[in-house]
Amino acid sequence: MRFYEYESKALFRRHRLPLGPGQRVNSAAEARQAFGEIGGPVVLKSQVLSGGRMKAGAVKFAESADEAAEHFQSIMPIVVQGESARSVLVERKSAVAQEYFVAITWDGRAKKPVLVFSDMGGIDIEEVAETHPEHVSKTHFSSILPLSPRIAKEAVGAAGVTGAALNRLTPIVFELMKIFLAYDLTLAEINPLARLEDGSFVVLDGHVDMEAEARGNHKKLLEELGIGEDETRQARPPTDFELAGARVNAVDHRGVAGNVVEFDGNLGLVIGAGGGSLTLFDAVRQHGGRPANYCEIGGNPSVKKAEALTQLILSKPGVEKLAVMMNVVSNTRVDIVARGVIKGCIAAGRDPAETIAIFRIPGSWEDEGFKILRKYGVEYCDRSVSMHDAAGRAVAKIS
Amino acid sequence: MSILISKDTKFIIQGITGREAVNLTRENLDYGARIVGGVTPGRAGRDVYGVPVYDCVRDVVRKEGSLDGSVVSVPPKFTRDAVFEALENRIRLVVVVTENVPRREVAQMVELATLRGARIIGPNCLGIISPDEAKMGGVGGPAANTRQAYTKGNIGVMSRSGGMTTEIASTLTAAGLGQSTCVSIGGDAIVGTSYAELMPLFEADPETRAIAIYSEPGGRMEAELAEWIQANNSRLPVVAFMAGRFMDEMKGMRFGHAGTIVEGKEDTTAEKIKRMEQAGISVAERIEEIPRLLEKRLAEVK
Repeated sequence: MRFYEYESKALFRRHRLPLGPGQRVNSAAEARQAFGEIGGPVVLKSQVLSGGRMKAGAVKFAESADEAAEHFQSIMPIVVQGESARSVLVERKSAVAQEYFVAITWDGRAKKPVLVFSDMGGIDIEEVAETHPEHVSKTHFSSILPLSPRIAKEAVGAAGVTGAALNRLTPIVFELMKIFLAYDLTLAEINPLARLEDGSFVVLDGHVDMEAEARGNHKKLLEELGIGEDETRQARPPTDFELAGARVNAVDHRGVAGNVVEFDGNLGLVIGAGGGSLTLFDAVRQHGGRPANYCEIGGNPSVKKAEALTQLILSKPGVEKLAVMMNVVSNTRVDIVARGVIKGCIAAGRDPAETIAIFRIPGSWEDEGFKILRKYGVEYCDRSVSMHDAAGRAVAKIS
Repeated sequence: MSILISKDTKFIIQGITGREAVNLTRENLDYGARIVGGVTPGRAGRDVYGVPVYDCVRDVVRKEGSLDGSVVSVPPKFTRDAVFEALENRIRLVVVVTENVPRREVAQMVELATLRGARIIGPNCLGIISPDEAKMGGVGGPAANTRQAYTKGNIGVMSRSGGMTTEIASTLTAAGLGQSTCVSIGGDAIVGTSYAELMPLFEADPETRAIAIYSEPGGRMEAELAEWIQANNSRLPVVAFMAGRFMDEMKGMRFGHAGTIVEGKEDTTAEKIKRMEQAGISVAERIEEIPRLLEKRLAEVK
């Protein structure tokens, strides 16, 4: 879950990382006032989660209060990679002598945090790593041994930095390492971290990502930052349909029937589980089908949940039929899903036999499940029909 | 032969009195597993299908002597501690079933396991099965369902999805290809044991003659596997299936498992497929193509 720049900086401020004066503003008048309070040239930055602000023209410098107000007006409407600005951050423009890069993330291969540091900040770090590898250091560190500043020192030194800069950078980098582990972050980045002409350091831009699974451990921080539980912060905000899917899944704690993602097709998908859903979604598309949604059924959801999920998908405009498909199941009971989807069809005023294009869930309790399906005249198949072919049968029924 | 587990593997279930763990205990016992104890703090003296329950792993060790493995099925916020407890009681194989464990805690579990010379499978996995020998974890479900899908043979299976482990085994079984050991390695961004880390075990297992893997978007595990195969001149033909190809068009969106999100400059499925093919891995377009591709590759080895 990505934080906005102003939220990341609020977190940094709690840990006394060096930050210049700045204010988040929501109107031209506020921008004008912020200029006055900061007193001098400022930078105005659109608050969006996506990158590429600079290129989009959503970062501008102002020399006067009038100019700050003007820039606010021009920045706010700019859509950056499909995302509208939440607000604008006004900060003092600093006299920069040099820019550094520091980031910490998880290396899934080493299974440890990795600290990436460079004295060539401000530009694309991947590019620096290719063209000037001696200016980028990568340092893995332990997640169970006590954190030690010498790791930060070594990382800074390995990028070729020495002297006063090394001694001033070390505690900043060390603090970021602590923040990374303390808040279950998956990314903590400062870029650029600037050395000013007077030798002091300041965080110019930075952002953090918190692991979604760990949100429950950091409720207090999230509350302080005003990040609501409904803010998923995915690549795009959730649709009403997706929010309704989350509510269906929250009805009880039995199994999963949710993780709904909306698409604009005509074939509703009641599919599972994690890997099975990915496989089936691909299969539907390979047959030329147009899914109305992605979803996941897993564990052993109640009849009620499967029913509510079915109803929700059928309530989406343009959904002609449903395909109910999973990989061979071990924990999910076939009969329970069968019962749920049939009840969901009936509750939506649709004939299950007409609506369910195919039911392909082989595995535990399949005989009981198939009996119910036969009773309602629903087409089903067992494991002898592959996931791919089952998807093909469903797509063939829509045209 | 098989890898990781056999019918002699002596293991425990941590969190044994939980609803899912109770089912899992029944299913594992029915499949012939040697479960010598279970742990749930405060529940010592009870039993689950005849398996005695203890408060601490230490107490099981005192009664039963050293243990080979543990299946950890406790809520996410107790998972790290349960794994630490297993590791500090000299258990060398820990299967973590629990889902939604934050990455930091997974990394901590894995780091301690490495220090202790132990191995973690999972988290967010269904465990390990060596058909007709034993299983550890929920893989395959009830014993009758498990026997229907899994048969003994020469194919090693590794999968980032628990359910797809069974789908693949079932497809192999239908084609007359049995399995040596199938490992559900887990769907998280950090897992205890990756494909490449299991390869040396399969390589050393005379029973295993080829490998089938199920793969997903996210992470670098396929690149790591490709490198391992090339660096070690592996004797084992590998056939892979890549799911989630549609996600290439949807960077930054998460589908399926916690590990399946393509961020930054990570490999798309198209790039993963390319890397694997360059390393000599055959990539199946559909699950049902896996048996034919395996047979073709096995015929080439002969």
